[in-house]
Amino acid sequence: MNSFFHSVTLDPQKCKGCINCIKRCPTEAIRVRNGKATILAERCIDCGECIRVCPHHAKKAVCDTLSVLNDYEYTIALPAPSLYAQFNHLEDVEIVLNALLMLGFDDVFEVSKAAELVSDATRKYMARPGLLKPVISSACPAVTRLIRVRFPSLIDHVLPFNAPVEVAARLARKQAVKKTGLPPEKIGTIFISPCPAKVTASKMPLGTQKSAVSAVVSISEVYPQLLHHMNADTVGTISAQSGKIGVSWASSSGESAALLNDNYLAADGIENVIRVLEDLEDEKFENLDFIELNACNAGCIGGVLTVENPYIARTKLKRLRKYLPVSLNHDPVESPVLDWDAPLEYTPVLKLDDNFSVAMEKMSRMEQIEERLPGLDCGSCGAPSCHALAEDVVRGIASEDECIYKFRENFSALVDNIHKLDSMIPQSLLNRKEERHDTD
Amino acid sequence: MNAIQLHYEVDGTDFTRAGEASAAVKKALRQLGVRPDIIRKVAIALYEGEINMVIHAEGGYIDVSIDQSSIQMALCDHGKGIENIDLAMKEGYSTAPDEVRSLGFGAGMGLPNMKKNTDEMHIESTVGVGTNVYMTVYL
Repeated sequence: MNSFFHSVTLDPQKCKGCINCIKRCPTEAIRVRNGKATILAERCIDCGECIRVCPHHAKKAVCDTLSVLNDYEYTIALPAPSLYAQFNHLEDVEIVLNALLMLGFDDVFEVSKAAELVSDATRKYMARPGLLKPVISSACPAVTRLIRVRFPSLIDHVLPFNAPVEVAARLARKQAVKKTGLPPEKIGTIFISPCPAKVTASKMPLGTQKSAVSAVVSISEVYPQLLHHMNADTVGTISAQSGKIGVSWASSSGESAALLNDNYLAADGIENVIRVLEDLEDEKFENLDFIELNACNAGCIGGVLTVENPYIARTKLKRLRKYLPVSLNHDPVESPVLDWDAPLEYTPVLKLDDNFSVAMEKMSRMEQIEERLPGLDCGSCGAPSCHALAEDVVRGIASEDECIYKFRENFSALVDNIHKLDSMIPQSLLNRKEERHDTD
Repeated sequence: MNAIQLHYEVDGTDFTRAGEASAAVKKALRQLGVRPDIIRKVAIALYEGEINMVIHAEGGYIDVSIDQSSIQMALCDHGKGIENIDLAMKEGYSTAPDEVRSLGFGAGMGLPNMKKNTDEMHIESTVGVGTNVYMTVYL
């Protein structure tokens, strides 16, 4: 497999080569080249901002489809709690769980159930003496990827636990093996996801060698099909497995609130997340125990694969949560299910060169180039800013001439030269030219 | 090989902009492939310095020079100056005005933190003229 799989991809047919996505990308991972956007794979964190902003819908998230149900003998749906927030007047989570069974899944394991287990384990982790604080949540894969490429000094702060969906997949498969006697590979654990970064996380996991999630289907694909099966009368075949704590993970500050410790900060939206990480790196915060960061506005309910407006979804979630028990899960999770087995490592993709002297030399050249550029950050060259173009030039993936203003400048110099040449024509030749005109 | 020279103006009237120089230097150091723990130290020292310039000196400028062996930072302002540098270096000592303290600053940890996070630090200050803080972090 390619060392950088990404769920976020481009449909070149639809791409008009405009500059909306390059300006919005938080890691400056997109360039327009030859009239089409291209994603620099090593920089992309799958946050989905480009999908959100593309007016031509050329950016998309590659997910599995429900046809994966045919690939396994026994299938388990792993619904994200954000799924529950998509429906109008949903009074009982069990209606959704039951509809998933009607859709063809053999069983359902709520991700919110695993979330409660992760919350419980995190509370215990937070009580460890000598712990490096604040602890940063690892649940949002886009944030974890961002930290890995851009905030290496904060890696040791990241909670070394698998995200709830991973824990859910492991527990669900284990249960199913026991129940059915099937070999583990015949059991499909299928995540119903609000987010493309989770697709990437299942194929190229961070913190674990191999993900137990078999496939990832988007909420937006499942939603319309579920609606046909949403029927309050059929409730009873399956019961909800989680309470307020688990379901609240769907929106920003849900994970933090579950720690029962007010010393937390919860930020959502990728720009806000970056600002918090910058400030944390500068030690701007004091006495903070936990930091929850979600790349999407409002948290997972704001994921690009959802259907409902995130703020409406949040209100719906609040209503749904009202009559739920606080939590239903307190069993300690076994270490192999919960703990990371592959440490998060710094991936210095922003480095100009492996050799420090060469990197220094490139940076000097970059500064000289940037000084010659107009500083308008217009994006016409295909890079998000003049600084980024200068960087691309020293990296050898662009030329200074791609700046439209530099081109104009060069062209105007050329025109000046033509005038100059004109004035250097001797009188005798000019006279001859006039004579020719007269005879024409 | 020439050193990389970076220059930043620090606006003394705007708290929210403190941290801009730190962020820009961090970006450059990442691009140069400097070790994360060193980047962090520089970030903390610079941010504390920026905040000091806003609280005490109505701004100034920061020059950063990076060469093969070290990162050198000069933070210069034309503020009121430091009367007693030894006292200012003591943890918990602060002359920050109350309105600044109410924002959570002025805990008297700025200069000590800058010293802690750098390999060398040297302060030149004249009351009524200004302060220059020179810091070095070795690579």
